[in-house]
This record gives sequence, C-alpha cells and structure tokens, in this order.
Amino acid sequence: MRHLLSSLIALAAAVMFVSAPVSAQSQVTAKPAPAAKAWTMPRTPEGKPDLQGVYSNATTVPVARPAYLGAKEFYTDENDKVESAKAAPAGRGGRGGAPRPAAAADPEGNGLAVHYDTSQFGLGGPTVKRAASLRTSIITGPEGRVPPMLPEVAKMVAERRAYQQAHQWDSAQNRPLAERCITWGFEGPPMMPVGYNSTLEIVQGKGYVGIVQEMIHDTRVIPTDGRPHGPAEIKRWMGDSVGHWEGDTLVVETVNYNPLVVIQGAPVSDAAKVTERFTRVDADTIQYQFTVDDPKTWVKPFSGEYNMVHIDGNLYEYACHEGNYGMANNLSGARATEKK
Amino acid sequence: MQIQMRSRWGSWLLVGAAGAALFYLAVIPTPAQAPAYKAPKTKDGKANLNGIWQAMNEANWDIRPHAAYVGPVSVLGAAYSTPAGLGVVEGGEIPYKPEAAAKQKQNFTDRLKLDPEIKCYMGGVPRSTYMPYPFQIVQGTGTVMIVYEYAGAVRVINMGAPTKAPADSWMGWSNGHWEGDSLVVDVTSLNDQTWFDRAGNWHSDALHVIERYTPIGADALQYEATIDDPKVFTRQWKMSMPLYRRLEKNAQLLEYKCVEFAEEVLYGHLRKQPLQGKGDSK
Repeated sequence: MRHLLSSLIALAAAVMFVSAPVSAQSQVTAKPAPAAKAWTMPRTPEGKPDLQGVYSNATTVPVARPAYLGAKEFYTDENDKVESAKAAPAGRGGRGGAPRPAAAADPEGNGLAVHYDTSQFGLGGPTVKRAASLRTSIITGPEGRVPPMLPEVAKMVAERRAYQQAHQWDSAQNRPLAERCITWGFEGPPMMPVGYNSTLEIVQGKGYVGIVQEMIHDTRVIPTDGRPHGPAEIKRWMGDSVGHWEGDTLVVETVNYNPLVVIQGAPVSDAAKVTERFTRVDADTIQYQFTVDDPKTWVKPFSGEYNMVHIDGNLYEYACHEGNYGMANNLSGARATEKK
Repeated sequence: MQIQMRSRWGSWLLVGAAGAALFYLAVIPTPAQAPAYKAPKTKDGKANLNGIWQAMNEANWDIRPHAAYVGPVSVLGAAYSTPAGLGVVEGGEIPYKPEAAAKQKQNFTDRLKLDPEIKCYMGGVPRSTYMPYPFQIVQGTGTVMIVYEYAGAVRVINMGAPTKAPADSWMGWSNGHWEGDSLVVDVTSLNDQTWFDRAGNWHSDALHVIERYTPIGADALQYEATIDDPKVFTRQWKMSMPLYRRLEKNAQLLEYKCVEFAEEVLYGHLRKQPLQGKGDSK
C-alpha cells in the first residue's frame, strides 16, 4: 500500500509537471554584488518607482536557519557558506546550500524522494537565476525561524493532519489545496519561493499594481488609491490586499484570508494581517520583505526577507487545474485498490 | 478601414487642392473611427483603458441571435434558463464549414458534459471578455495586464516587439500595439479546448483572434474580435460589443476561483462515499 501511495503521488507529481509545459527560466549565474555605479530609480509615467518586469524569486536560502548557525543572520561571503556547512551535523541535506539527498538515498520514500528532483527537468540549480544573497535564512531576526504556534492551534493542526491522512483518498476535496490546484500556498501573501516556477510579473497601471505569479497563474490586483479593505465577509484565497507608497517602497497590507489558507504550516485566523514591502534596490533587484502578524495563530509575529531578481524571460501559463489528470488518476487508483 | 482612408485620400487628391487637403487634415480627425470620441490619455500619451470592465449582453449563452429557451437542468427552472440575446456576431451568422456546424449542434446537445465553463477551465479568448464576470485592465508601460475574475485567468499583453509562443495555451499568446486610441491585440497559440459560448460554438487550435479595444465614451469600450480559423470556418468573421465600466465606487475584482465548484462534476464519481444528493443543495 505504501508503495502504491508513493507511486500515485509520484504519478500525480509527474502529471502536474507535464501540465505546466514551459517554465520561465533563464540561464544566468548568480550576479556579483552590484557595483557602486550610478543608478537612479526608474519611474512610471505616474512618477512611482517602476517595479515592472518579470522576476525570479528562486533562492537557495532556506526559510528557517539551520540550527548549527545559531544567531548568525548573514554569511560573511560565499566562502563562509562552504566553511559553515562543514559544521552541519552529518546526514543533513537540502538546507543552507548543502546538496539535497538523491532519490536513491531515500528508498523508503520518507518524503524526500517523492517530490520533484527539479534538476532532472533542468529546472534546478544553475538554470534558475537567483538573486545573490548572504542570508542564512529567509526568516529574519536572531532566531531565524517561524515562531511556535499557539498550543491550541498546534493541536488543531495535528488533528486536521490526522484526519487528512486517514481520509486522504476519499474524495478530491480531501486532497491538499495544491493538488486541487486551488492554491499552492507559495503564492501568499507572503509570496514564498517554490522549487520551480518561482517567477512572477509585475505590471503597474494608474492606481493599481498587478502581480501575477506563474504558479497557478495566481494574480493580485492591488489598489494603491487609498481605498480601505473590502468587507470582512469576503474571505479570499489570496487575501484582500491594499497598497500604498512609503517613499519609494510599495507597502501592501493583506487581511480577510480564506480560513483554509495555510501560512508556514498553520491555518490563518480572521486576525491575520500580512504586510509586504517591495523596494527596488538596483537595476535588477527588488528587495521583498514581509511580516506575518496573526495573534490567534502564532505566539508572536515574524518577518522575512529575500531579493527577487529581474529575468529576461516571459511568464508562461500554468494551467494547473485544466491539466490535473493526476486527481482523477489518484482517486480511481484508490477506488481500484479498495476493490482488491 | 485602411481602404476607407485611401478612398478619402483619393477624393481629396481629385479636388487637387493641396492646401485645402492640408486644412482638412488639420481640423478633421482621422475618418477611420466613426465615433469621434477622444479618450483621456495616460501620462505616457496612450488612451487610458485602466479600469474594471464587463460585457452586458447574452453572448456567453450564445453569441448568435437567439430567443430565450429553457436551461439544461430542469430543476433550476426559470432561474437558470437562457435569456434572449440579439447576438454579437456581425451579420448574425457564423460561417461554419458543414461538418463544423454539425459538431456545434452535437456540442450543444452534450453541453452539460462538454462545456469547459462547467469544468472551471479558463475561458480563452475572446470568451473570457464577455463571460458574466468583470475583468480588469492594468495598463502598464511595455505591457498591458488583463485579469479576469472567472477562474482567475490572466493575460499579460506584450506591447514591445512581437514575440512567439513556445506552446499553445488556454489564454493564448498576446502581442499588442496601439492604432490611435485602439488597443489592438493579436492572439495566437490558443488551444482547441475552449468554446465561444454555452451553445457549443467552437474553434480549433488554428484559431487566430485580433482584438480591438476602443474607447467610445468615458465609461465604455467597443470590443471587436476578428476570428480566423480555416479549419472550422469558411471565412473570417467578426464579433463586436460594447464593454461597460463598473462604476461602483468600491468596484474591484473579486475571486471566482471555481475549482471547488467543479470538483463534484469532475471527480464526484470517484468518491469513496457518494454524496447522495447533498451536493445539489449546498
């Protein structure tokens, strides 16, 4: 049974991969730190900082800082990354730039082998342009990791997970939101890098900033005309975002999330507020900062930061639901198994 | 329209008074556009199409002229039957090849099983424009984004040097340019999975659409879509309709992420426990 399930998941993964025919990637090595040359903020005809373009938010920086780095928030240089990794406990992988374990090293299918090894598809490693970064984790601050959930939330998450596992093949509605092509959970806000398709495009019109993410073509049209949030009755998968400019930084505040939305492993509450800050820092780079404040879920707010880097490619259509053959295949496989 | 312009030019030349012609050119706007509406401009001098727009017609039921008729699900009665519509096809008739016309009739008969709208598939072009949901134009510099509430479909129209699609897709590949106040969008690489309406009017993957969005008033655009698909139609044809601005002060695009609404119809037969009618009243 276990093998069947892993292969079903692998099949679903493969099929969903096929449903995304092309991916916006361009082949560039990491850029050196920008030289101190004269650069002036490009502006839209409206006089706002021009953030428009296609960006990659792919990164090798992990969300949580590896424990062996303690409170160290930045590496001193590229060499320090390599040297610091030597302090990593044996057997660790996939974090902090260390190589991820090959599928062959994970024969029991404990979860590492069944998701994509993106390098097999030419989507990982050096094929993806990434902003250079010396950060040790996306989550900022001395702890460098998401704080604990409130005990009652942790209990609810565990119960949900247990129910999910016991009933995971009962119906389409029992599958994770990502597999259902409703949301992958990376689109946010906060927007988080994904293993592949970590690409987004920004378009600015008068009074609005549009952000489309390649992953499930999820799009936010963020008003910057000073209007308040919409009615609290209207909960949304991507929340309800309004923006304003603070100097040259676009600040976006999001509330009114659909209660099924999960941020860093925890369902959002009706008190959740996410604040994002977009600052163009050079010709190629937008600094992206976020704070998640959800006092009904986490013991304290947390913040994160990464850079997204301009790429020359286009965004391509990720028709996730339209190509989701994996859903019917998985469910019919489960029904067939029950008859055995 | 170019032909029209040329003939005007011809008549002016016949008059033979170059000075008079120059005078006319200076005071009379281009004769190509019938309504001489001058659109407000963006700061970079383009017609300002920013806004939330919606069609107000019955084209999504049937783009051809049609009387009202009963809907496909009898228990829904008058609430979900088909409203009558004058149609949006210029000339009223779609020039199907005979076998293609037969397929449309079959599509209509089997529409509950086949209509991609029921399955929450992206609407494609031009259907997304006149589905009964708003869409928003975010007019950037170098790109124009069109976001549709239905299924969260989105297009980012390239306004630079035309580019080519690497593969077919649901919303196609859009290259745009300005002709006066009109945004003209050349849409190619559309797949053959979308329809024009709920009546099963269809196209193949050879579909090529040229769209024109022309401001005709402060709160209205004229939308034209020239349809070319030699596998299905005997000639090019055109649909045309006004689009209206959503004037609510708080107008905004909401989410119609409809996957959840389509899961029972797509996967309900694969449930462990059948819903036993519960799905119809939720």
